[in-house]
Amino acid sequence: MAHARLSPRQYLILGLVSLCAPLGDTCLSRGMTRIPDITLAHPITLIAAVFTPWIALGIALLIGFFASYLTALSWADLTFVLPATASGNVIVALFARFLLHEAISPERWAGIVLITVGVGFVAQGPSLTERPAAPALVDAADTGKERA
Amino acid sequence: MTTPFPAPQPGFWAATAMIAAIIFASTAGEVLTAAAMKSIGDLDEIRAHSGLKGAIHAVLTCPLFFAGVSFLALAFFALLFALNHMNLSLVAPASASLTLVTNAIAGKIFPKENVDRRRWAAAVLVCIGVYFLAH
Repeated sequence: MAHARLSPRQYLILGLVSLCAPLGDTCLSRGMTRIPDITLAHPITLIAAVFTPWIALGIALLIGFFASYLTALSWADLTFVLPATASGNVIVALFARFLLHEAISPERWAGIVLITVGVGFVAQGPSLTERPAAPALVDAADTGKERA
Repeated sequence: MTTPFPAPQPGFWAATAMIAAIIFASTAGEVLTAAAMKSIGDLDEIRAHSGLKGAIHAVLTCPLFFAGVSFLALAFFALLFALNHMNLSLVAPASASLTLVTNAIAGKIFPKENVDRRRWAAAVLVCIGVYFLAH
């Protein structure tokens, strides 16, 4: 089945994938810049960093991302899900512009347009690769039809 | 309140190695996870038949899923390590945009997905768009 048309619930799951990932990354970045340098000589400090508030919030958002991402991968191709959920970058940029009143350079507007066009491209196509049925299954189905 | 510790930015090759490590681990993890989820089937349908427990059980009893998660965990710690040495505005877009292209290549080779012109165009447009968005 091609699954060319997604249900509203499936769009909601793609929306969750889009939003949780960039917000989670932002929390992680904020958390990691507030702790001392981590070196390969003391890797255990990387584990300790997981329990600081910003990194813990980032991890909670990334768990939400992962659950919705796994659900999306169960009914859509990887090469459909990844570009289709890139709109999260656009949403975060628009959020920064209109709610936080940050300036957006022409390059960033160009990036927003390119991502939007890219997402539009992939969203118009089928979400799942059609695969031919296994010969044994086809034979069984044909036999069933003949009997019927 | 904890004060930030601004670190000196690493050299070109060190930055490249950190970003390459994220991309490799991330691509391997995503391809393995996608293969695992395809082998399990539609999670919405499984949940409708067997409930949330059934869906979680189906995921947690798939060995391929754990192989994928191991690589994704590796990618996560590689990202944390890179974020400790470089700015988010470089690490996130560079790794996210390049991972789109490596995933399109890996998706065509390993799970043999139908990566048609539309998907290639989308991957390249989003890749350039993410780069612009970070500058």
